Amino acid sequence: MSDLAITQNPALMEVNPPLVRADSLHDVTEQISSIVEGKVEATPLKYWITLGVTGSITLLLGAMLTYLVSTGIGVWGNNRPIGWAWDITNFVFWIGIGHAGTLISAILFLFRQKWRTSINRSAEAMTLFAVMCAGIFPLFHTGRPWRAYWLFPVPNTDLSMWQNFRSPLIWDVFAVSTYFTVSLLFWYTGLVPDVATLRDRATKKVRQVVFGILSLGWRGSARHWQNYEVAYLILAGLSTPLVLSVHSIVSMDFATSVIPGWHTTIFPPYFVAGAIFSGFACVMTLLIIARWTLNLENLITIKHLDNMNKIILVTGSFVGYAYACEFFIAWYSGNIYERFTFLNRAFGPYAWAAWSMYSCNVFIPQLYWFKRMRTSIPVMFIISITTNIGMWFERFVIIVTSLHRDFLPSSWGYFHPTWVDKCTFAGTIGLFLTLFLLFARFLPMIAMSEVKGVLSYEKRFFKDQKAPAVTQ
Amino acid sequence: MAHTKIPNDIREKLGIGDDKVYGVIGEFEDPHDLVHAGQKIREMGYTKLDAMTPFPVHGIDQALGIKYSKLGWIVICIGLCGTATAQGLIYYVGAIHDKFVIGGKPLFDFTFTIPVTFELTVLFSAFAATLGMFAMNGLPRLYHPALNYRNAHRATDDRFLLVIEATDPKFDAQQSAEHLRSVGAATVEVVEG
Repeated sequence: MSDLAITQNPALMEVNPPLVRADSLHDVTEQISSIVEGKVEATPLKYWITLGVTGSITLLLGAMLTYLVSTGIGVWGNNRPIGWAWDITNFVFWIGIGHAGTLISAILFLFRQKWRTSINRSAEAMTLFAVMCAGIFPLFHTGRPWRAYWLFPVPNTDLSMWQNFRSPLIWDVFAVSTYFTVSLLFWYTGLVPDVATLRDRATKKVRQVVFGILSLGWRGSARHWQNYEVAYLILAGLSTPLVLSVHSIVSMDFATSVIPGWHTTIFPPYFVAGAIFSGFACVMTLLIIARWTLNLENLITIKHLDNMNKIILVTGSFVGYAYACEFFIAWYSGNIYERFTFLNRAFGPYAWAAWSMYSCNVFIPQLYWFKRMRTSIPVMFIISITTNIGMWFERFVIIVTSLHRDFLPSSWGYFHPTWVDKCTFAGTIGLFLTLFLLFARFLPMIAMSEVKGVLSYEKRFFKDQKAPAVTQ
Repeated sequence: MAHTKIPNDIREKLGIGDDKVYGVIGEFEDPHDLVHAGQKIREMGYTKLDAMTPFPVHGIDQALGIKYSKLGWIVICIGLCGTATAQGLIYYVGAIHDKFVIGGKPLFDFTFTIPVTFELTVLFSAFAATLGMFAMNGLPRLYHPALNYRNAHRATDDRFLLVIEATDPKFDAQQSAEHLRSVGAATVEVVEG
């Protein structure tokens, strides 16, 4: 409501730039649908070139996984004592990226943050694609991905035995698969009214049929909307604790073990904060590119990016606090293994990784205390990338530095990634970007019905003042 | 007219024809006009009302007398089934079928069931919310007579439609159309179904 008070005061409008620029409801439909409806030939060449590059990298992923399955897990650099290396680092990295999507779509929805409407759809799509990339790593790390159904409580004759529910690894299976399914349902529910809009605008037979099927016959009846809003609220309410549980459970894979550097109760909140931090940075990277290539400056404004940068600053500082807290506890615990692990982390053979992580995650985001930095596109683009590099290093540091010094010095080791490790990780980036590019081109990237709701609701306040239909 | 596109044999199957009337639809440009009009129409004694809008218009349910959705109750029941499923599964698997002592942990204990129980509760509830919402809306469906309205495609774009269905006891094509016009509808049309 305070937002509305601001928009009614022209002087404050100057200070707070508008959130969405659209002349009318129809203009919103046009701006968003035109991307989806554009002719294939009319799509900018830069789009097809980018898609070609990311598509080729995705093929590389296919080749690497084929090579891995046909040769064996030894093509990765994992060794003793570092049995979890890049594969689990990448898994946790991608799962973390996904968390921003759910945060934007569910938690900001519950807090009635209207600025989420322009970015929630693409953030949710990003969640789905990131979780797909994440799933690849543990699946192939099992060595026998064709036995993946052993992870689920499916009665089978070849195993004749059930899962061990006392293990956090099975909790992880449930958490990640539930997370993917619920995110998919949430995304699709939000998409149905917009697909109905596309169906009603479609002139070609193929579009009419495809969008007709996908929209399930949605016609925007008042009864539809009422059930829809209740369902959306429930899904948001369910997703909020779900997203907090997913990375908490991922962190329990580590925290319930007895490895110094892993065995700590700070892990669940620390992992969740880090996940949101990296996820927002990833949304930022994608939105800056999408906004530039698809000319979405009117709908994704500096105000959105500024708000997201504030969240990046807050969660980055949480992460910094967690790092400090870990060091304090390592000293305060009086446990020699804990102390050694943390000193070794900062000054041992992996100091380069640890200091990359501290710089990217804690020091660089502090620039966001300044509004000039939060509203500068080049600055935020670079910080969004360094944040994700930093967060990848965080998982690498947690996993590899904790494992490489085993309890016995005779078992100490060092991890060298192989070319297969590197190409597989690059391949998942390719898959992620390819899926996102296809989504941005073929489905409405911004939730039209939600933007219209916000626009129309606030337009009423301008009616008497004859002010432009601009909304805060 | 949109309905002429539908072949006759399909029209026959769906039970629609020129002699049948679905209702009267009035068109508005502003959601608040729609809510006020809906309120007035309901005060005239109509009961079978609906609206078609591009986004959820707040206050339209009360204006048209649509009762609050019961979806929440469905979700909580199915969600609790998820809780029970998880507890049953973990108990059967760990304490009945495979009695292996692993890591000195008990065969069954509430504490280690919490993560999976939570996840299955959420999973069942989410399916109930999504599928329940579509089922309560009568979706998916291939055809609805309201879509015969000439401007029905604008209802997912920027127009707000108020519908008086022919099943309403007070319905009379001529008079109801007049009523819709009197509450401010810009265009009014009798829609066949």
